[in-house]
This record gives sequence, C-alpha cells and structure tokens, in this order.
Amino acid sequence: MTKNIMIVGVGGQGTLLTSRIIGKTAMELGYDVKISEVHGMAQRGGSVVTFVRFGEKVNEPVVEEGQADVIIAFERLEALRYSHFLKKDGVLVVNDCRIDPMTVVIGAKDYPENIIENLSEKHSVYTIDGQKIALELGNSKVLNSVVLGYAAGFIGFDKDIWLKVVEATVPAKTIEINKKAFTYGYEAQH
Amino acid sequence: MADKKTIMLGNEAIARGAFEAGVKLSSAYPGTPSTEISEYLAKYEEVYTEWAPNEKVAAEVAIGASISGVRSLACMKHVGLNVASDPLYTFSYTGVNGGSVFVVADDPGLASSQNEQDTRMIARAAHVPVLEPSDSQEAKDFVKLGYELSEKYDTPVILRTTTKLAHSQSSVELCDRVEVSDKEYARNVAKYVMMPASAIGRHLVVEEREARLAEDAATLSANKMEINDTKIGFITCGIAYQYVKEVCPNASVLKLGLVNPISKKLVADFVNQVETVYVFEELEPVIEEQVRAWGFDVKGKECFTRQGEYSANMLRRVLFGADEAVFDKLEAPNRPPILCPGCPHRSVFSVLNKLKIHASGDIGCYTLGAVAPLGVIDTTICMGASISALHGMEKARGKEYIKNWVAVIGDSTFLHTGINSLINMVYNKSTGTVMILDNRTTGMTGHQDHAATGKTLKGEETYAIDLAALCKAVGVQNVIEVNAFDVVTLEKIIKESVASDTLTVIITKAPCVLLKGQKFPNKCEADADACKKCGMCLKIGCPAITKRPDGKISIDATMCNGCGLCKSYCKFNAIKTVER
Repeated sequence: MTKNIMIVGVGGQGTLLTSRIIGKTAMELGYDVKISEVHGMAQRGGSVVTFVRFGEKVNEPVVEEGQADVIIAFERLEALRYSHFLKKDGVLVVNDCRIDPMTVVIGAKDYPENIIENLSEKHSVYTIDGQKIALELGNSKVLNSVVLGYAAGFIGFDKDIWLKVVEATVPAKTIEINKKAFTYGYEAQH
Repeated sequence: MADKKTIMLGNEAIARGAFEAGVKLSSAYPGTPSTEISEYLAKYEEVYTEWAPNEKVAAEVAIGASISGVRSLACMKHVGLNVASDPLYTFSYTGVNGGSVFVVADDPGLASSQNEQDTRMIARAAHVPVLEPSDSQEAKDFVKLGYELSEKYDTPVILRTTTKLAHSQSSVELCDRVEVSDKEYARNVAKYVMMPASAIGRHLVVEEREARLAEDAATLSANKMEINDTKIGFITCGIAYQYVKEVCPNASVLKLGLVNPISKKLVADFVNQVETVYVFEELEPVIEEQVRAWGFDVKGKECFTRQGEYSANMLRRVLFGADEAVFDKLEAPNRPPILCPGCPHRSVFSVLNKLKIHASGDIGCYTLGAVAPLGVIDTTICMGASISALHGMEKARGKEYIKNWVAVIGDSTFLHTGINSLINMVYNKSTGTVMILDNRTTGMTGHQDHAATGKTLKGEETYAIDLAALCKAVGVQNVIEVNAFDVVTLEKIIKESVASDTLTVIITKAPCVLLKGQKFPNKCEADADACKKCGMCLKIGCPAITKRPDGKISIDATMCNGCGLCKSYCKFNAIKTVER
C-alpha cells in the first residue's frame, strides 16, 4: 500500500528539506520512493507544495486530491488551501502560524478566521507552535525539525531511523540542535 | 561506485547520465526547469561545464565540441530552444562527429515560464530525434542512449523533459563512467560547411536518416509495448505514462521513449490488438496527429486538454466520470510569489510607481513587479525584449510617447540578449531610458553566475564584464550607476533621464539579498507610538510588513532582511533600524 505525504507551506520555510528527509527515511527502509518538488518562481514567498510517496512500487510522483495520508502544513492558510487533498481518514499536522499573503497585506482579501477550528470539524487536525519551540531551543531555523518530529508519528518508522537520516541530511554544524528539535517534536506528539 | 542504488532528482540523473556516457563538455544558460543539470554536472571533474551568455551560444559551443570529436551536451528550457533553434536546424544537417545531446525542458503548467510550447514540435520541424524519459532512471539511461543514437545515426539528439520529471526524485542505479576516446577530425566541406551546394545534399541525408531511424524504432529498447487487457490501451510518453499506470494498471500500453520519429509499425501492431486506444500526451497532439494521419482510429485531445500538467485524477475523470477527491476545495486567498524582503528590485519599482512610470519588462524576478501593489511592469515577452520593445514604441509613436516609459532588465538577461537591443537603440538614434537592475546574479533560477559576476560555473575566478563600460563601448553617451536603495537619487535620475532626449542607461546596483554574505547588518522595527497609520510603507509590498488589527503596522523580525526601504518612505520616523 502506497503512503502519500504532502508538505505545504510558504516559499522559504524549508519544506523541500523536510520532504527529502521523509523520502530518505523511507528509502533507508527499502521502500520505492518518489518525491516531487517545486522550484523557481514558487520559491519567492509563494505557496509551495512537495509530495513524498512510498510503497512497494510507486508510479506517479505527486499526491492528488483525496489521496493524502498525512499533510504537514507549515502555515494555517496553506493547511486550508490543500485540505481537500486529504483522504477520508487522513491526518493534518499544522504548524500554528500565520503568514499574510500579499493579497491580505494590501487589503484585497481577508485572512480567514478560525481555520483550525473549521478544519477540525471534518479532519483529524494536530497543531504545534513550531516557531516558539524552535526559538526556545535557540535557533528559529530548526522549525522544520520540530514540525517533522511532531508529524513523524503519523508517518511511522522508528525514531532512531529518523534521527539517523536527520543527521545525514542537515548541515554538519546544526546536527545536534536539529536532532534535539526533532526529538522535542516527536515526544510532544507521543 | 558501480551498481549503487540511490535517489535522484530527474535533473541530477541527467547529469549523471552525461557523466557516465563519457561527455567531456557541457554548455548551458540557466532556465527553470533545466538549471540543476549543469550545477550537478559541474561537480564532476572529468566534465568541462560552463554557463554561456545564452542558449544559442551554448548550442554552438556543444556543436564545436562535437565537430572536434568529443561527446557534448547543451542544456536549456523550452524557450531557450527558440534562441538556440538557429544552430539546431543546421546542426541537424551537418550531423555530428562526437555524439551530441541537447536537453530541453518543457514547462507544462507554467511553473516558471512565459508560455507552454512543446519542444517536440520544433524537433519535428528540425528533423531531430527526441527521447523522453518517465522517471529518473530512464532520464539517466536515455541520455546514454542519446549518445549512442547520435553517433549511430549521425545526428544531434534532443532529450525532452518536463517540470515534473526534472523536479521529481526517484531511484537510480549508478554505473561507472565510460571514457570515450576522441574521434578523429577530418576536414569535410560537404558535411560541415553549410553553403547551398553542400546543404542541398545534406537535406537528402537528413530525410534518409529520419526514415531509417523510424524503421529501426520498432525494435528500439526505449519503446515498450505492454499488452494486457486489450479492451483499453494507451499510447503515451514521459511522465504521462506514470498516470496511466496509476489509474489503469491492467490496460495495454505503448510507451514511446523515442517520441520523434515514431515507429509506424509499433503503432499499427498496438492499435490492431487493442479495442479502444487513447493517445495520452501532455501539451500538443504530436503523437496523435501522426497516428491519425496514418489512418488509425484513436481518441486524444477531444478528451484531454492541451493545457497544463496532466494527473491521474484528470485521467480518472475522463475515463470514469469521477476522481478520488473526498472533500471539497475550500476558499483560500491566493498566495502568489512576491519579491523577497530586502530585494533591491522593490526599491527601484517603488520609485517608478511613485513617478507613475510604465516599464517595458523582461524575464526574471523583476517580472513580479507587474502585480499589486507595485504594478509597474506593463509588458513581459521574452529575454531581451524590454529594450527592443521600448525602442519600437518610440519609433512607432515618437519620442514624446515614451516620456513616461522605461525599459527594465536584469544583469544576466541584459548579457543574454539585451545587449543586441541596446546596440539597436544606439544605432537607430533612440532617446529612451534603459534600467539595468544589476543584482550580481541570475536570481530567478536560483543564483547562477554569469559573465559579469567574476565567477565561472566551476567556481573559478574570472574576468567580470563591467556593464557600464560595455554600454559606453556600444555608444551610449549617458550611463549612470546608482545604489538601488538610494531612492532619493534614483528618483532624481529617473525624472531627468525620461525627460531628456538622450539615450540613457541607468544601472541600479545592489546584490540580491539571498546571495551569500549579502545580509544587511540591521533589521527594521516599527514604533507603534509614532505610527500614524498612513499606509505608505505598505505600498512597497514587503511581505515582512503587515497591518495590525488597530491599523498600525508591525514588522516580522524573522522575515525582515533590514534593507530599510520602508524607513525611507515613513514620514513619521515610525520605523527604525536596530542591530539584528
């Protein structure tokens, strides 16, 4: 059975690295893996989505509407935008932060109210304030590791295998703090 | 190294394929979704790799290397092939000495492009074979096959990819590099000097070659026929194959790896065995039209669009009338890409916006200046068009007509094809204002060096072209360099130059804020007590600045890059810079 993961967020939040860690971890365990990324224009603060699929044999590299087992959203509005990609019993993990898109900044649109509450009516939604935890740990850039650690339980795999891949993927200078951040997120969920 | 399995981006696999095939030279101009091929290939010491100023140059460099007897590569995006099509059409006539492959990346769905053209159409017109892979493993294998076909059939070969293939990762088996010995060069006027007397003979060679390859394609390993359920079948290629396998794992499939020329025999065998045949190909009906021209009854573009990327759900909707979606799509305000906090383009555009000046635009991050709230870019056509289009306006409507217009172009784009247009302005006595937004990099594609940055693709130091001296050398009398963030000086210079009857080039200088080591030392902070809610700072469209519920502004400390542009527009000293 193929497992479908989506990572959504705002360009610059580091969603790409997150998808690569998930993909590498699945590969480490012998699964066939496909990852699809967005480059170029969408990096400039736009809405960004990446896909990871793993299983015995994976064909298409993207997850489509109605198929996502887990969506990891790094921002509330992006959780809302992609929530219809979830399958019936899919899980939505949301980093509870708000980044106003330019349409909201210039007053052309309003930022939707009560996103989490509304999404919770139809879906299993889990939230974490990754930014706050990352700052407490001393580096705002480990936000991804906190959120990934929190989401890892819904994806599966042993904690040690995750940590091994985190160690092999993040920049050498940040290995320790990223592992700490992942563990913090992981334990917050378990 | 041999037989090691790993996971690779399509573009990384293409680079690996070129390495394993013994390629010795690669030339390219960055363009999404092809850029990373050159960056990955540059890591292999055995391969000479370079950024060329444009795709035409890159193609010609690869042609020269091929004629000299080595395997060569040129990489570009689909619109880059338009620039390189002049050499391509004639390279098809001369054929190769060392094998030569052009990787051309199409962008269905326009992730980062100005149109959705289909490279297979150009390849058909130029009579050049095209291979199209459907995952990273095939991407690597087809590059190697491309060199075999190139040398066997004496032709350049195009490897066509699309955004999904280029930017997806899947598993790849690594092999060792095969060192290919350089071919002997022998002077051959009839083959390499394309004057009419020899070209007329080569045209016959091209036709014969294409017919022979079409014949041989019936047994080519890259083409695969999977006969399963014979009620329904698909003729497909590239990433579209994956969607077919996802939706109809039991259907019969003719998967074409060689998409030009197409094997008529394979198509006939397939169509004769399968009841209902769909041609499932992204963009133009290139396969479909040929199959129909041969008299076969198939379904195609009456079911599937010419636009955008395909998907498994789209195929499900056509075949079964429903897709797999469970929940409705919810309303959410759009989040379009924007200029980054601290981007020097924003500063330039804020001045143009204030002066109500129209900009004839070009290709790069600065295209984002077309949207609110800056809204100064009026046109975007292709690389270099900003300058020539402004010239066209002036010559059509007179010099008074362009007194509230400027041309806006980036440093890399200026060297790509903008310089030709500037020469035209000088030669034909234009009076317009050209602004070169010099941010010291090719920004939009992810920071590639170019001829004015002083660094090669391999990271070596080199001569950096002086853009001001270049403009003066072609005859521009009035060349002004200014700090892009000095909005007061910038405003004065722009006002004067659009009013004057002298052709002026204004070079606004400030490095891309995302370049390593270019961070501003400070960051900006809003003083809520001093803020008078005038909204001036919101007009520059910086994503770090937001309006609080009480109408005052706040600046996100993690997003702000500290350029201070907002501070320059605040009349109430409500924004201050503090140490980060």
